[in-house]
Amino acid sequence: MIYYMVRRILTMIPTLLVISFLIFLIIELPAGDYISNQIAALRTSGESASIAKLEFLRKEFALDRPFFERYLIWIGAWPGPNGFDGLLQGNWGWSFEFDKPVNEVVGPTLPLTIVLNFATILFVYIVSFPIGMYSATRQYSWGDYGFTFLGYLGLAVPNFLLGLILLYLFNRWFGLSVGGLMAPEYIDQPFSFDKLMSILAHLIVPTIVIGTSGTAAMIRRLRANLLDELHKQYVTTGRAKGLTERKLLTKYPLRMALNPFISDIGNLIPSLVSGSVIVSVVLNLPTVGPVLLSALQSQDQFLAGFILLFVAVLTLFGMLVSDILLAVLDPRIRLGGRAAS
Amino acid sequence: MSDVFDPKKPVDEHRAEHYVDPRPFNPETVEELSEEQERYYQASQWQIMWWKFKRHKLAVWSGVILILFYLCVPFAEVIAPYTPNTRDSQHLYAPPQPVHLFHEGEFVGPFVYGMKSEIDMTNLKWVFTPNYDDVQPIRFFCSGDPYEFWGLFDADFHLFCPAEGGSLFLLGTDRLGRDQLSGLIYGARLSLTVGLIGVAISIILGLFFGGLAGYFGGFVDSAIQRLIEIMRSLPELPLWMALSAALPVTWNPVWIYFGLTVILGLLDWPGLARAVRSKLLSLREEEYAKAAVLMGAKPKRVITRHLLPGFTSHIIASASLSIPSMILGETALSFLNLGLRRPSVSWGVLLNEAQNISVVTVYPWLMAPVIPIIIVVLAFNFLGDGLRDAADPYK
Repeated sequence: MIYYMVRRILTMIPTLLVISFLIFLIIELPAGDYISNQIAALRTSGESASIAKLEFLRKEFALDRPFFERYLIWIGAWPGPNGFDGLLQGNWGWSFEFDKPVNEVVGPTLPLTIVLNFATILFVYIVSFPIGMYSATRQYSWGDYGFTFLGYLGLAVPNFLLGLILLYLFNRWFGLSVGGLMAPEYIDQPFSFDKLMSILAHLIVPTIVIGTSGTAAMIRRLRANLLDELHKQYVTTGRAKGLTERKLLTKYPLRMALNPFISDIGNLIPSLVSGSVIVSVVLNLPTVGPVLLSALQSQDQFLAGFILLFVAVLTLFGMLVSDILLAVLDPRIRLGGRAAS
Repeated sequence: MSDVFDPKKPVDEHRAEHYVDPRPFNPETVEELSEEQERYYQASQWQIMWWKFKRHKLAVWSGVILILFYLCVPFAEVIAPYTPNTRDSQHLYAPPQPVHLFHEGEFVGPFVYGMKSEIDMTNLKWVFTPNYDDVQPIRFFCSGDPYEFWGLFDADFHLFCPAEGGSLFLLGTDRLGRDQLSGLIYGARLSLTVGLIGVAISIILGLFFGGLAGYFGGFVDSAIQRLIEIMRSLPELPLWMALSAALPVTWNPVWIYFGLTVILGLLDWPGLARAVRSKLLSLREEEYAKAAVLMGAKPKRVITRHLLPGFTSHIIASASLSIPSMILGETALSFLNLGLRRPSVSWGVLLNEAQNISVVTVYPWLMAPVIPIIIVVLAFNFLGDGLRDAADPYK
């Protein structure tokens, strides 16, 4: 087991390298950089006093180096102006827009991002499991049709529009603001139980909004997998031998159907994380989403790059967890890995 | 025979009377096909797909709805009563005008009531109330706002337009008094085509990489496989956001539009490539493909004549399932101000007005673009499901 885990974690390293390179490529795509754009703006307005300072800053952040050197300096594998000082050394870069180190800008938003995504995954599991089981065991019942219809709707309504609609309806019917992380009266208040409750209450709507489409997809998959199993002959045999329906279901078919259920969550995580970014913008949640948007708009490259990398690492980590869960669940996988190597 | 044999009886009595059925007999009758079956076995792959597809009622209706929506693409100018950027400074944030048929118990045909506007000084906004004395019949096949049809010639013909001097805002207006309905109809042009072009790009990339991996195998295969895995593990939307933020602001709307479609297609191909690869690998082992190779067909002929037809239907089906995600991608990007911008009009651009929740609560009709988006996405999902079932030979 440990061997499998170590192997699985080691394979993440090249993946991370490729991803960090892709991300750096993307954030470097726009012409120029934050500072050279500022210099150009100052030039056109005829100001020259602060240009020298900006030129110095460009040197300071190694923006005048060639592309590959900049990338290596960014991840901390090449000596920059201040020696080895990049992501590997724990320096997340500098945010030009806020004029602060990146970790001060995004630091407070990271825990919430993780909590929100984790809550969403839990939500997807908890909701889709019983519904998928119900739909499969009572195929073509009214409940099944109802859930299938809801599922289609859940898949079709994009999460940010769902957020917008819920925001409107809650405001209309209850006069509630579901946006934001907590009720307005708790902002700047010292931490208390009520504040925690308020935060939790405000997390419910975003969780549902982000999780709906994923839940719908999972219900459909679990239903299909379980139906496949239920039509197999061993189920008929079991039934003929007089097993109770409940035992029959939980003993074999459910276990077989559980595997794809766990591994599919890995495929789902990227879209969940995507969803959390845009839903946070709509619902005005202090996660990395809104920060990323503003960073992209103002070409604050190191900030945007770090957030993109963070989001990607979050997904990779989620997939790692789902793979390990799968290995715990299914001996074929953890032992198969050893046999193959 | 042996157990009923009775040695005491003469041999002749054991022999049954010779009997021949007078009806005509065809020894192949068991294998003969009914006319129905014959038609089925001789039908081309596409015909069978079409027959199977027709049985999927929901998918057929979704297809019909989509065709109706796509009619807006070439004929937006004619269908929309206004042009999308016509501003009516007299009607800022005007509410939708419902269509009536009867005025004071008398049939007048479809008409709307005019609107009285007064300014609300405490909230600093215009308040519109219907003026029940002002009957404005809708004109049909009329001339209204002038436009340039397909950018070729000037025209002012519309399917329906407001009464002379009147207004016709069936879905209300926005901040600058632009008609929402016309915006939706023109917006369909960009929103609906973005998916098609994006999918075309994604198919080309998917075929290329999938074909490469499936055909060459070995190192190329494992390298492409790794790349696909990495691409699939990245969250799409943040990358779309970053890429579209990289589009130069100085580009004109047409370039931005094509840039967006390329971006949407660029991140979508891995799923398709994986499908192409696995299909190629399995089809390569099929007997008819082996037979073709043994008969001396060149790789090019094997691929184009024997392998490709085997999974084009499959590709079309899975591509139709990825169109909605591209439509949603464009909508999300434009909604966030990272995609298309005015004067281009798409559903996402229209929704951009609804970004501020306090505005939406006061002027809920700004959320109107949500409805066509949901309908189109649902329809594409059903259509794709139907196509996939039809393309599956084992169903």
